[in-house]
Formats: sequence, structure tokens, C-alpha cells
Amino acid sequence: MYAHLNGGSSDAMNIVVLVKQVPDSGAERRLQDTDHTVDRASGTNLINEMDDYAIEEALRLQEAQGGEVTVLTMGPEQATESIRKALSMGPDKAVHICDDALAGSCALATSKVLAAALRTLSPDLVLCGAESTDGRVQAMPHMLAERLGMAALTGARKLVVENGTATIERQTEDGYEVVTASLPAVVSVWDTINEPRYPSFKGIMAAKKKPVTVLSLADLGIEPSEVGAAGATSAVLAHQLRPARTAGQKIVDEGDGGVKLVEFLASEKFV
Amino acid sequence: MAQVLVVVEHGGGQVKKVTLEMLTLARRLGEPAAVVLGGPGAAAELVDTLATYGATTVYTAEHSDLEEYLVAPKAAVLAELVGQVQPAAVLIGATQEGKEIAARLAVKLDNGLLSDISDLAADGTATQEIFAGSTIVTSKVTKGLPLATVRPNSLTPEPVESAAAPTVTAVEVTVDDSAKLAKVTERVVEARSARPELTEASVVVSGGRGVGSAENFKLVEELADLLGGAVGASRAATDSGFYPHQYQVGQTGKTVSPQLYIALGISGAIQHRAGMQTSKTIVAVNKDGEAPIFDLADFGVVGDLFKVVPQAIEELRKRK
Ligand SMILES: Cc1cc2nc3c(=O)[nH]c(=O)nc-3n(C[C@H](O)[C@H](O)[C@H](O)COP(=O)(O)OP(=O)(O)OC[C@H]3O[C@@H](n4cnc5c(N)ncnc54)[C@H](O)[C@@H]3O)c2cc1C
Ligand SMILES: Nc1ncnc2c1ncn2[C@@H]1O[C@H](COP(=O)(O)O)[C@@H](O)[C@H]1O
Repeated sequence: MYAHLNGGSSDAMNIVVLVKQVPDSGAERRLQDTDHTVDRASGTNLINEMDDYAIEEALRLQEAQGGEVTVLTMGPEQATESIRKALSMGPDKAVHICDDALAGSCALATSKVLAAALRTLSPDLVLCGAESTDGRVQAMPHMLAERLGMAALTGARKLVVENGTATIERQTEDGYEVVTASLPAVVSVWDTINEPRYPSFKGIMAAKKKPVTVLSLADLGIEPSEVGAAGATSAVLAHQLRPARTAGQKIVDEGDGGVKLVEFLASEKFV
Repeated sequence: MAQVLVVVEHGGGQVKKVTLEMLTLARRLGEPAAVVLGGPGAAAELVDTLATYGATTVYTAEHSDLEEYLVAPKAAVLAELVGQVQPAAVLIGATQEGKEIAARLAVKLDNGLLSDISDLAADGTATQEIFAGSTIVTSKVTKGLPLATVRPNSLTPEPVESAAAPTVTAVEVTVDDSAKLAKVTERVVEARSARPELTEASVVVSGGRGVGSAENFKLVEELADLLGGAVGASRAATDSGFYPHQYQVGQTGKTVSPQLYIALGISGAIQHRAGMQTSKTIVAVNKDGEAPIFDLADFGVVGDLFKVVPQAIEELRKRK
């Protein structure tokens, strides 16, 4: 059924993996005072952690079933670094949507742009992270599915694709559920799904030569006024740093640490 | 006064606490109207609680399609209702399902979306905590009505003084095939603990890598039980298989804000702090006196948790 694709079995898929570059969540992150947008200049920027798991899952499917894996990123010029890093894990090529007018885009606008790019790529399967560490909105997979008229299977801890059907298992509050959909579909993955590989030296060298197509808004037929700060559907009015918590009492256990701990709890009326 | 739609989070025939928080917030902006989306008969047992917290109208959309397919049908019903009611705002719980419904609703209505808000003012200005809670942001929807997902445990729910019987309005549900693409084929309920739910508990006792094994987590559970609390875990602990993933606290886990948070054998990485630093009182036990968790602890014990915790348990038993 996917005869238009090169190689592999009849289950060979055209897989697009969404990769977002984010500021390192383990370091201090801040907004810029001028326009309240994420300060990407001062800290380290990395691939959003969950997206590594999406890349890994795409590569495993490709190894088993053939097909092609394309990385898709919307982000500023410096996101190129993350794209090469992603390619060094093994995907075949990348598409980078990069346009000055995109700065300050809200989730809704981002989904419009990514959806437009996905239409040109006609994937069988779109894989992405369940959430981004800077946005934490868990919105993208469903926004994209809504725009593209596809199913969204979200938060997968296990994914099986067979006979044109994707089936996931995902954690719930008190257990798990199994959800299934026909392809094409968007699947977002949780960090419990696999263990992402590290790029090999060979992979890093190969990535330098892999094709990266850069697309502008004009290429996608989107007006600059629909996206970025100009087209934002929500606005940050102000931001401030949370006052740091102050450390309280610290004791060294000298054989009575447990009792002291309970005494503290009692003094605070917890026992 | 225009209505404020509050999408009811419910499970096991009960209203989840975040819904009561949203009803409390909704009163600032208008007339709270609860929307129950669920299978046949889902709403009946929820109405009284919803009224107690201020819902003057309860819209009930009940259909098996809403349960059998993932979120798209719920978003479709909600979009339809928003069109009819023209509400002043729409509030949805910032849970996995809530975030997903909100995402689809935002696209359907071409309406801005504020995620994971912790407060909302009468004029629609929302408060969000971002970057692991280190930055506090105020923001507003600038296209469409205030549409927001509300982070559980952000405020104390307040019942209304005199609750009147609400108007219960059944919403007709017709789900288009285009919304029936993701089918839930199986729901598995695993052993459910008798402990309070992690995000709602007033006491949380969490264990980290320092706890060392799944077996040793019994110690964490024992302390939690003596304090009537829930059990949490760091990512190092869940990744090592010491404790199930749904109990992970932090950036990629649950955000908790209990009266008392006890961290055992947890170093206090930024991503862990993201999920617990707004706890009222924080207690830490760690053998490394330099561990960053002590920077935010109100009471810290530098010591071996395998000595300190059993002694604390014994002392608590003595006092009971
Ligand atoms: C994108 C991303 C998201 C993340 N999300 C989360 C998240 O949601 N939640 C989360 O928790 N982490 C998260 N992390 C991981 C985080 O960075 C830390 O690695 C993790 O929190 C460490 O867990 P820990 O404190 O249990 O382990 P460690 O950092 O290894 O600390 C163990 C501590 O136990 C102490 N200890 C050891 N033995 C004893 C003993 N016998 N008695 C007393 N103390 C002892 C040690 O001194 C040490 O301080 C995330 C990381 C990334 C990159
Ligand atoms: N600008 C972007 N470019 C590419 N992928 C993105 C972008 N924003 C979000 N995503 C994808 O959507 C997932 C969920 O992100 P979010 O909805 O922001 O939490 C991420 O893990 C990425 O895979």
C-alpha cells in the first residue's frame, strides 16, 4: 500500500519526526525582558528530550520495515545544530522551516506552519515528543491532527505499526489503555517507550552530508501576518522571577535524626 | 451574566478536585456552567457536587462515542456548545486529556490557548509558572475568548454559601466519523492503591535513587501511610524500576503542591524541583550535605535514610 516508497516491505513507511530545539531544562532558563520571548542566546540549546525518543522509534520502525525518515523542525537558524544532531542518529533527511517572521509564534500558529509543511511531505506516520520542556503544552500532536484530519495517538509507551494500523499503549492514572488508528496518524511518544541511541562517529560524519531543505513562509504559502508576534493569539503581559525559597534548618544525624524529624513534623502540626 | 464553561474532570463517578478549583475560578468571570462529557449516565452522580461549588447550569453530553474514541469527539461537542452558549471563558483541567481537548478546541475555534495556568483574574489575565516554576508570567488570550487549561492544585476550592439546584441541560451528541479515528480498544486498571491521589494529597513522601531498590520503597510507603500521604518518586527511581512511572514527580511527571513534601534520597535536580517546589513545607533526608534539595528544605537531615527513616517511623508509631 505504500508502493510509492523506495525499498522495504509493503509496510515501509514515509515517517516524519518532529524535532524542536529548546533551552536546556537542566540549566537556568529565562525570558527576555524586552519582548518576553525565550532567551535562546545565553544558554545551551538542545533537542527537546522527548523528541530523541521519537527519532529512536522512527529508526526502529525503519530498521524493521524499511521506508524513509525525515526530520521536521520549525525554528531559528541556530536550530540547524539540533537538526544535524538529529540526523547523526540516523534519519535520511531534514526539512527546516526558518523565517524571521516566525519569532514569537504561539502554539496555534506553530501548528499551522508545521501542518502546511506536513501536507507537502505526505507522511504515513508523524512521530513527535509528547511534550516540549519549554512549552510543556502537549498541544502540538492534537493541533496537527485536527488540522490534517488525522488521528492522534498520544503519550505512547509502546507503538506497533502493522497492516496500515498504528496501535499504542499509554499510561493512565490507574493503569494503561490501548488505542488504535489507521494510518496516516500522528503518534506522540513518552520517554518510557525506548532508550534512544547515541550518534556514532560514522553517523556524525554522514549527517554532515544529508540533505536539509530550508523552507520559508512564502514556500508554504503562509502570510507573515498569520504567525510570529504579529499573528499571536495570546500575549505575555509581564514576567518576573519567583523569589527563591530560603533554606531552613539543617541538622546532621547523630543517631537521633529520625526523632528530630518527627519533632519538627509535630511542631508544624503534621502529627 | 455570561456563562463560563468548566469542563468536568471526573472518574469513578466522582468529580476530580481540579474541577472544583475551576468552578471557584470561574465565578470571578461569570456564571459557572459545568460541562460533563462522558458515557451514558455519567452526569447524574456529579450534579450535586458541581452545584455545591457554584455551577448554576450543568450541560450533560453523554454518548458512548465520547468514551470509545480519544478526545476528538469531546472537542467537537465542546466546540458546538461554545458556539451556542457564547461563554465568557472556557476552563479545562491541565491533565493529559484536558490539554488534548483544549488543543483541538483552540484549532476548531481559531482561538488562543493558555496552558497550565495557576490563576485567572476577572479580566481574563492568567498566571503561568514556567521554566520549572522559576519564572512567573501573566498572559492573556488576544484572539477569541479566554481559553485555558488549569493546573491541578493551584488554589483551594471554595463551596458557595447557598447552592441552588442547577439547571441540567442535555446536549445532543452527534459525532462525525472524522472525529472517530482513534479508538480505545482496551482500558486496563491495575491495582489501585488506597493512598490519596498524588496531585491531590496534602502530604507526599517521595523516594529517589538513594532508596536503592523497589523492595526498599516499602520504607517510603510506610512513612507515607503513617502520615496519611501519597507516595512519589524521582525520575531516577522510576527509570530504575523502583516505583511505577505514574508516581514520578517533576518536569516530566506530576506537579504536586502539598502541605508537606518529604524527599528521601533525592538530590533535588531542577527537573525534580519543577514538580514540588511550591509545596508548603519541605523536608529532606540525604546523606550528602551538599545536595541541592537542602537549599529549599525547611527541615533537612544530613544522614543515611536507612537509619533516619526507620527511627522516624518508630517514633511516629510511639506517638500514635
Ligand atoms: C528533560 C528532562 C526531564 C526530567 N524530568 C524529571 C522529572 O520529572 N522528575 C525527576 O525527578 N527528574 C527528572 N529528570 C531527571 C533529573 O535531572 C535528575 O536526574 C533526577 O531527578 C535525579 O533523581 P534522584 O535525585 O533520585 O537521583 P540522584 O541525583 O542520583 O540523587 C540520589 C541522592 O540520594 C542520596 N542518597 C544515596 N543513598 C542515600 C542514603 N542511603 N541515605 C540518604 N541519601 C542517600 C545521594 O546523596 C543523592 O543526593 C529529568 C531530566 C531531563 C533531562
Ligand atoms: N517548532 C517545532 N518544530 C518541530 N516540532 C515541534 C515544534 N514545536 C513542537 N514540536 C513537536 O511537538 C511535540 C510536543 O510539543 P508541545 O506541544 O510544545 O509540548 C514536541 O515534542 C515536538 O516533537
